[in-house]
This record gives sequence, structure tokens and C-alpha cells, in this order.
Amino acid sequence: MSAATETVSGGSARTARIVIYALLLVLAAVYLLPLYVMLTTSLKPLDEIRAGDMLALPRQPSLASWYKAWGEACIGVTCEGIKGYFWNSIKMVVPAVAISTILGALNGYVLTKWRFPGHKLVFGLMLFACFIPFQAVLIPMARVLGIFGLANSTAGLIFVHVVYGLGFTTLFFRNYYEAFPDELVKAAMIDGAGFFKIFWRILLPNSGPIIVVTVIYQFTNIWNDFLFGVSFSSGGASPMTVALNNLVSSSTGVKEYNVDMAAAVFAALPTLLVYIVAGRYFVRGLMAGAVKG
Amino acid sequence: MSFLQVKNLYKKIGSNDVLKDINIELEKGGFLVLVGPSGCGKSTLLNAIAGLMPLTSGEISIDGQVINDLHPSKRDIAMVFQSYALYPNMTVEENIGFALEMRGVEKAARAAAIRNVAKTLQIEHLLDRRPSQLSGGQRQRVAMGRALVRQPRVFLFDEPLSNLDAKLRVEMRAEIKRLHHKTHATIIYVTHDQIEAMTLATKIVVLKEGVIQQVGTPAEIYNRPANLFVADFMGSPAMNMFKGSVVTTNGVREIEILDNNTRVAMPSSVADQDLPDGKEIILGLRPEGITDEGLVDPTVVSMAKIEADVTLVEPTGSDTFVIAKLDGTNFVGRVRADVSIAPDQRFTFVFNLDKAVLFDPSSGLRLV
Repeated sequence: MSAATETVSGGSARTARIVIYALLLVLAAVYLLPLYVMLTTSLKPLDEIRAGDMLALPRQPSLASWYKAWGEACIGVTCEGIKGYFWNSIKMVVPAVAISTILGALNGYVLTKWRFPGHKLVFGLMLFACFIPFQAVLIPMARVLGIFGLANSTAGLIFVHVVYGLGFTTLFFRNYYEAFPDELVKAAMIDGAGFFKIFWRILLPNSGPIIVVTVIYQFTNIWNDFLFGVSFSSGGASPMTVALNNLVSSSTGVKEYNVDMAAAVFAALPTLLVYIVAGRYFVRGLMAGAVKG
Repeated sequence: MSFLQVKNLYKKIGSNDVLKDINIELEKGGFLVLVGPSGCGKSTLLNAIAGLMPLTSGEISIDGQVINDLHPSKRDIAMVFQSYALYPNMTVEENIGFALEMRGVEKAARAAAIRNVAKTLQIEHLLDRRPSQLSGGQRQRVAMGRALVRQPRVFLFDEPLSNLDAKLRVEMRAEIKRLHHKTHATIIYVTHDQIEAMTLATKIVVLKEGVIQQVGTPAEIYNRPANLFVADFMGSPAMNMFKGSVVTTNGVREIEILDNNTRVAMPSSVADQDLPDGKEIILGLRPEGITDEGLVDPTVVSMAKIEADVTLVEPTGSDTFVIAKLDGTNFVGRVRADVSIAPDQRFTFVFNLDKAVLFDPSSGLRLV
């Protein structure tokens, strides 16, 4: 009797499992399809693409369009590929991520461990910054960049991204440091460490997981940003995303889908890399905290 | 002039008086324990002495120097926290050496000082480990090492043993006492555990709701509590309290307790012989002052034999606590472990009145 019910329930559990996995597989396939099309198209020569079967694997795969996208494709009137813009983006993203993360950590430190009257209001206002839509700040920001003499420069873009990212990075670090024991800060104070010593020697070395989270978040956002890039830069100073758009929209007779796709792969590569490399540290950081107890 | 002095200290948080008119003096090498129930302000007072919390008014001085406005790091104090507050990213060695490093002590001198302290605390084999790899007792030692290495003028301990299990707590308690005996350090120690207070202190300060109830040696606090609160808080099981009144028969002043006209002699702790007849009092007597006939102290001057009904027997191994009832009043006595005694039995207790104290029921103060 009980054995019979067990088999029945065991069977239904297995069916449920199969349905779940099937569903997950289908959804994963749907989600990965654009990436598949992007990669295969970038490896196909043009006549294979014109044959019309988007999902077919390349018959004669070649990296020719990758080389072209990197070094020869025409964007606007110059035909030097996207490599210059790729470096533009790197030069923008690395300082912007570093500065906004450090400032966010400092803000979080002050807002939790060096509380001042009105700290809640200040934090509330910074939180509010997270909800301001990009479009709303475009014109005031353009004016500010003009006054600072930073218009149409990488430094200007770094500034914009730092300002806009500060709300998020502060939020991340404040919530992390809120749970950080005050007694450690008090102990360090008695031990003779000052404001910055405590930050560098005690807080930051124990902030691994939240630094990784912030860096992933900021890197992805800033690298993928198009609106600020297209608004506050032009020509040779544009970041990768803007250049990709220009590449796709500038046509010189034939539409080279494979080159467009190869350029898109280049544009997506750094964020993928950050996830693959740092994501693992993120999980490791979480595990360490969980086991320590 | 005392080494550490707290004068007229007040601390308000909002409109709340957390500490009211605190006055404490401690001599060099003394071991002062601040004890009280949770929320009595003892940790606040310790934080104020450490400089981690500003005062509302008052003065704190060490060795004649007023330290009110000094930064915690400039007060030459060291603190051991309840959570140990070890820096998780540093090894034990770095943890102990951090304060020296911050003070610019050279590497070689630092290493020597760390070795020295590690040897005293027997944690030499742990120097390369991180706090997360240590047991509770080991963390406790490291936290003490971090304080010791600085050789500060005053050590502050904030409930350092409350995170340890019972056995380890007793061990570490002895260790702290040994360390104090060896180093003659000046220590202020906060705890809510009255046994810790009794065993460690040279001077106890009992706090309640931000007001000092009594300052004294452990023996004074225990035998001559200033009021009902101190009498009840210190000691386990708590002191027995009997309601009663003063009666005079044939010119002899006596205390009548309980309802059945049980009369006992006036305790010798009361010097004032002018207590008016009929004055309501509370007679306090610790469990060890209520014994079986075999355990009576041979030097006792004044005692009373009182029969009561046993309601509960609690053997502890070394002695047996007996809860008995007489005229609706419960009391606890301590009898020898080998006395045969069982609930629902009538038993003759001996009240040692040399150890009894009287309190005024309206003010709660002890009558002297």
C-alpha cells in the first residue's frame, strides 16, 4: 500500500523534474539564440549569409570579418575599424569604475561609522539619485561639462559616469558596512588608527564581496552605456557602443552583416570577461562569509 | 590622589539620563568591576572612559591628567571587547601588533613585544593564524594580547567572557585574575555576572538605571549591601527577605518576622539602638545564613532555631539548597549535602543572625 503510493508520488516527482528541465532548456536556448546567431554570422562569409539560413552553422568559418571589424571597417569617414573606440571605452570604464567604487566605499564608511546629524537625509538624497532617469540629467550635465571644459572628452565621460554611479555604489557599500561590526572600528580607534587608516586597513580589506558586486555592476553599466556616450562625445572620442551604432548605420554599398556581428562580439566581450573572472570571486566571497560564522 | 578618577559624570541621550552623577576612584593596580543588570549604563560608562562616547558633563582623569577631550588613542588605554573585535583580515600576529604599528614602533621591537605577550598568554603557536581559524577561548586570549602588548595605563574589559561556554568562562576568569596578579595592571571590568564581579574585583561598583548604588570591596558589597537592590542582585541564590517589625518586650529589643510571632534578636549589623517600637523593617539573610543544626558556625553569637516546611530540595553536590515555607513566606537555606531532607518534611533551620541585615522598607536602604 505504502509502496504503491511511493511509486506514484515518485513517478509524479520525476515527471515534474522532466518538465522543469525541459522548460529550463527551452528558455536557455531562446536566451542564447541571439548570441549563437551573432557568433555564427560573424564567422560566415557574405555569400553564405545571403543564402538566408540564419541558424545554419558556417560551412567555411573564417575570422576575416573579425579582423576587418577590428582594424579596417569604416565608421563615418575613417576606415580604421573599431579598435580606437574599444580603447576609448577601456580608458573611460577603468577610471570611472575605480573612482566611483572608491568614492562609494568612502561614502558608505562615513554614513555608517562616522555618523553626523542629517546622515539619513544625505543617504536618502543619494538613494534618490539612483531613480533619476538618464534623460533628465542630459542638458544640465552638458552645461556642467561645458563649464568645466570637459565637453567631448574621455575625462568628461568619466566624470558623468562617476556622478551617476555614485548613488548606486554608495547604496551598495552603505548597506554592507551597516552590518560591519562597530566594535572593530572602535578597537582600531583605540589602537591609534585615524579615519583613513581605519578605512584602508580595516574596512576595505574586509569588503571583497561588495567590491566585486560593485565593480561588476558599474563595469557593465558604464561599458554598455549608449546615451551618455552619444550625448557627450563625438567622432574619434566616442566609446565603443556609439562606434558600433555608427558602424552599423554607415553603409558603403554592401551591408556587411558579418563585420557588424564581429564588432558586436567585440563590444560584448569585456562584460562577459568581467562576469567570468570576477563572478567566481564573488561566489567565493559569499561562501567565506557564510562558513566563518 | 587616586590613579583613575571619575567626577560628577553625566550622560544624557536625548532627554534620557543614562548616567547620573557618577563618582568613582580607583587606585593604581586596582581591579574595578562595574556590575549591574542590562541597561544600567555600565557599558556606556566604560565607553565614556575609553573616549568612544562624549560626556554630557563631568570629568575623567588618569594619573592626575584630565582626559575628557583626548582622542581614545591618546588616553593610553586598551580595551577588550565582548565580541573580541579581532581584525578578520589580519593574522594573530598582525592583530596584536596593529596598535604598535599605528604608533610607529619599529618592526624588530614590535616582533619582540608580540613574542613576549604571546608567551605570557601561551598563544605562540597561533601567531600565523587568522581569527576565523581560532576557537572562542583562543580569540579571547588574542584580544587580551592585543591589549597587553601596549602596556597601557588602564585596561578596559567590556563583558569579555560572556561569549564563552560555562567551563571556559571559569578558566578564563582565573586566567584574568592571574594576569592581574602578575602584571599589577589597573583594570576596569564590566559584567552583568555577579560571580565574576565577586571573584575578580578589588572594588565593585553596582549600577542601576545610571545611578551608583554602592561602591565597595566584594566583601562589603556582599555582607553589607547598601540597599535592597544590591542585596538582591549580588549573590546566588538571592538573599532571603523577611518582612517584620521591631518589638520590645521587657526592655529587650527584638525583631518579629513572619506571622507566627517568630522573634529573633536584633542583628549585630544594626548599631542604631533607637529603632522605635513597631517600626516596619525587612530582615535580609543569605542562604548560607540559614543552615541545619550541624553546619552552625561555632563562633556564632546570635542565632535562632526556626521550624519550617520543606517544599523543594536542590542538591548541588557540595551542599544542598532547601526551599522552605513558613507562614506563606518562602526562603532558601543551605544545608550539608549529607543531611537527609525531603519535601513535605518539617525541618529545623538555624538562622545565623550575625549575618543578618535590616532594611528600611520605604527607602530600601540598609539600617545601620
